[in-house]
Amino acid sequence: MRVDYYLYLSAVLFTIGAVGVLVRRNAIVVFMCIELMLNAVNLSLVTFARMDGNLDGQIIAFFVMVVAAAEVVIGLAIIMSIFRSRRSASVDNANLLKY
Amino acid sequence: MTPLALTVVAAASSSSGAPATLHEAVLFWLLAPIAVGAAIGMVLARSAVHAAVLLAVVMLSLAAFYTAENAPFLAVVQVVVYTGAVLMLFLFVLMLIGVDSTDSLMETLHGQRFAATVIGLGFAVLLVAALAGALGSFHPRGVGGAEAGKGNVTAIAEQLFSRYVFAFEATSALLITAGLGAMVLAHREPLQARRTQQERMRERTARGGGEMAPLPGPGVYADHDAVDTPALLPDGSIAPASVAEHLQISRAKPHVDVAEREIGNPR
Amino acid sequence: MTSTTHYVAATGVFHLTFLLVLLPTVGAAVLLLGGRRTNPWGHLLGCAMPILSFVIGVIEFVALIGRDGGQSRQLDQHLWSWVPAGSFHANVNLLLDPLSLVFVLLITGVGSLIHVYSVGYMEHDPDRRRFFGELNLFVAAMLLLVLADNYLVLYVGWEGVGLASYLLIGFWSHKPSAAVAAKKAFLVNRVGDVGLSLAIMLMFTTFGTFAFDGIFNGAASGHAHSGTMTAIGLLLLLGACGKSAQAPLQSWLLDAMEGPTPVSALIHAATMVTAGVYLVARSAAIYDVAPHARVAVEVVGAVTLVMGAIIGCAYDDIKKVLAASTMSQIGYMMLAVGIGPGAYAIGILHLLTHGFFKANMFLSAGSVMHGNNDEVNMRRYGGLRKVMPVTFACFSFGYLAIIGMIPFSGFFSKDKIIEAALDKGGFEGGFLGTIAIVGAGLTAFYMTRLMAMTFFGVKRWPKDVHPHDAPRVMLIPMAILAFGSLVAGYLLILGGSLQHFLTPAVGGSVEVGAHTISPVVLSLITLAVVAGGVTSAWYLVARKPIPAEPPTYVTPATKAARASLYGDAFNEGVFMRPGAYLTRALVFFDNRGVDGLVNGLAALVGGTSARFRRLQTGFVRSYALSMLAGALALTATLVLVRVG
Repeated sequence: MRVDYYLYLSAVLFTIGAVGVLVRRNAIVVFMCIELMLNAVNLSLVTFARMDGNLDGQIIAFFVMVVAAAEVVIGLAIIMSIFRSRRSASVDNANLLKY
Repeated sequence: MTPLALTVVAAASSSSGAPATLHEAVLFWLLAPIAVGAAIGMVLARSAVHAAVLLAVVMLSLAAFYTAENAPFLAVVQVVVYTGAVLMLFLFVLMLIGVDSTDSLMETLHGQRFAATVIGLGFAVLLVAALAGALGSFHPRGVGGAEAGKGNVTAIAEQLFSRYVFAFEATSALLITAGLGAMVLAHREPLQARRTQQERMRERTARGGGEMAPLPGPGVYADHDAVDTPALLPDGSIAPASVAEHLQISRAKPHVDVAEREIGNPR
Repeated sequence: MTSTTHYVAATGVFHLTFLLVLLPTVGAAVLLLGGRRTNPWGHLLGCAMPILSFVIGVIEFVALIGRDGGQSRQLDQHLWSWVPAGSFHANVNLLLDPLSLVFVLLITGVGSLIHVYSVGYMEHDPDRRRFFGELNLFVAAMLLLVLADNYLVLYVGWEGVGLASYLLIGFWSHKPSAAVAAKKAFLVNRVGDVGLSLAIMLMFTTFGTFAFDGIFNGAASGHAHSGTMTAIGLLLLLGACGKSAQAPLQSWLLDAMEGPTPVSALIHAATMVTAGVYLVARSAAIYDVAPHARVAVEVVGAVTLVMGAIIGCAYDDIKKVLAASTMSQIGYMMLAVGIGPGAYAIGILHLLTHGFFKANMFLSAGSVMHGNNDEVNMRRYGGLRKVMPVTFACFSFGYLAIIGMIPFSGFFSKDKIIEAALDKGGFEGGFLGTIAIVGAGLTAFYMTRLMAMTFFGVKRWPKDVHPHDAPRVMLIPMAILAFGSLVAGYLLILGGSLQHFLTPAVGGSVEVGAHTISPVVLSLITLAVVAGGVTSAWYLVARKPIPAEPPTYVTPATKAARASLYGDAFNEGVFMRPGAYLTRALVFFDNRGVDGLVNGLAALVGGTSARFRRLQTGFVRSYALSMLAGALALTATLVLVRVG
């Protein structure tokens, strides 16, 4: 088995996540898809670290996790407050930027 | 999960250096389809809770891959932070918002789904092709050299608190800010001052003091303790105040009948 | 004319010159800004101000007589520096010389009488206080005009009297006819004002100053190009035509009769309309070196003289007949000042006598109207001499003066003009003299017609009208002016007193002994023509019953005269219609051409944007899809670059 298979897997997972962001309307599921994309990137980073023979990739992945945690907190709080005012978690309902 | 965990442990213990071993190959070919399938399932799942569970599967698979790739620290963090904290937060918010708000799979945007699929496929193909072209024959070096025999966690800690110390401090500030932001966003200013118990008591007394004590609880002496089962008074008659007004729809009171049968009607 | 003009600084009593202007200004300010609380005493203040000015004028006149002749009678009072900007100087200076003093006395004297008259005439008008305020404003502006020692300040006064004239013609602005007449007067005056302002600018660029002395000395030195001087002269004439209602800018004066009668008497007969004559006389030094412009002045005067007289023959409105007569008489004055050196004083003489007798006749006409419920149609008068004896007597004095009967004032001034015209000699002199004599005959005709229709014949007024003489406050000013109509001419001509007095300002008189026709013979000829005019008018008008409506079956000449010799039609056809067509064409071009281009461009951008706008669905997922497509394109490019 070759190490770069992890990278192919990562690419596939990232794409699935991206498509999920595009096709799902529930804001929370969209958010989960974003997390999936972040995880796919983390897998790439870890694999890169292994290929390059240093720990920088792992440390960057660690930082990505921390930032992702912060992002989830804020994002979910935003979804909560939108839900409170609009009684809906659908991303299509918040289309005030419409022409 | 049990066989999976076993394989993970086996792979983690066996992997030592750069080249992938047979253990790792088994692990990969076992878990990669599971991860991809779970990811696809997450995108297609109608229920958000199902999607969250499937995401957990993907994340745990990734944790297993991390161990196979000589990143045990990240594997643990992945399980603790992602699966443990972040996903739980997702589920928590899902519960707050309402679990049964299932997503209609009817697409409202014209051509969105088709375009997303085509572009996504194109993107994936392009990425894979680019990777295949760029990597060719490549020999991974492994992180063993970088760890210098100190172990993964120690090596990462040394890097984190020396080279990346400013970034680390910045993340701490980020976390504090995020916590504050979440509090501000979730906080709701009460429109009027909260009434104290004393005030409510005064009001009740002023109304005529009919019910000074708490109302009777439901379901006393009944075969049910459901909230729509009324309590019975000592003389066996029904206490109407024991059931909330909007639950008193069914006048048939089947549970009451059962209760009366069991303890006998004193009348 | 002395070769150089030099004004000495004002001393002693002449320091009071500024008060001449200031007093009526204060009166106007108090009355116009003071509001209703000045109503009870407003008219008294309004009368007091010009009377005080008149008193100061008389004091200064006496003081001026007491000085030596020549330049020591030209006194300059520096008030303040108006625009001291670099080499550009505009001072507010007042010049008191014989010419301006004569005007000061006329304006304040006749003006005071008319103010007093107005107390009675406007008694029942709720806006009497405003009326007096605006009259004071007029007097102040007119005094500033004649007292200015440079053209810029003169222009301020010039515009000031235009404003006052506008306000007073439109005093009864609730009448649409009055409002329109005020607007018309203002617009026509504007044409003349443009001429005057251009003349002033041209003088400044030529001589580098606005001051009279600088310009006159510059003109006399002969350095300026003769074409420039002719242009200045013609532009000044255009200004004079506008203000003095001379052809071709005569059309506004007839409509200006919509104003109250005292206004017609003061502004549109005695003072403001003579400002053009003053301007030409004051600019004598310029016309001395611009002979072509001088001929133009003569022609304008002669044309207007006949025109006004012909128009006067046709109207039935008593005030409009008098207005046409004013045009004609100012034509005489223009003719006189156009004739040039020596005749300036004659023009001013006629101006003064005209100021008396025309103001007198206007006030008498006001009295007639006052007694006839504001009726102005002479066909509704008739036989008024028995019921309004005092008015009739006053009017008769004016009548005899204007037709030039011995020894009334008009005889002296008008005969002198005819004489001066003929003395010019050659074809020009003969032609102008003949026109002036014909004008005298026409004047006699229309004035006799007016008298006959108004005061003689049978009474034609309606049953509910009871004509009566005006109250005493109106009759006394009329009587004073009538007396002036009788004696003013003789007193002023006595020993050539006015001519000698005016010499420092406008130059000496004609040398005696160069007459083409002996003055006595000429007077006899003129009197014969006048008698012919009177007789024919009497024969044509007074001996036949006068129909209540003007006959419609008339000669083309009468029709033309009734239409003011097509002055309005000319303006409409030559200026108004082409202007309207031009405006319409421009509006069309603006709407279709300019706006079409701009709007078309805007519509194009707008339409395109409206289509592009559809891309903004507001759906986050659409945007995300575009992002992914962008990422795809970017990656594809990178791969292609690497492969390539």
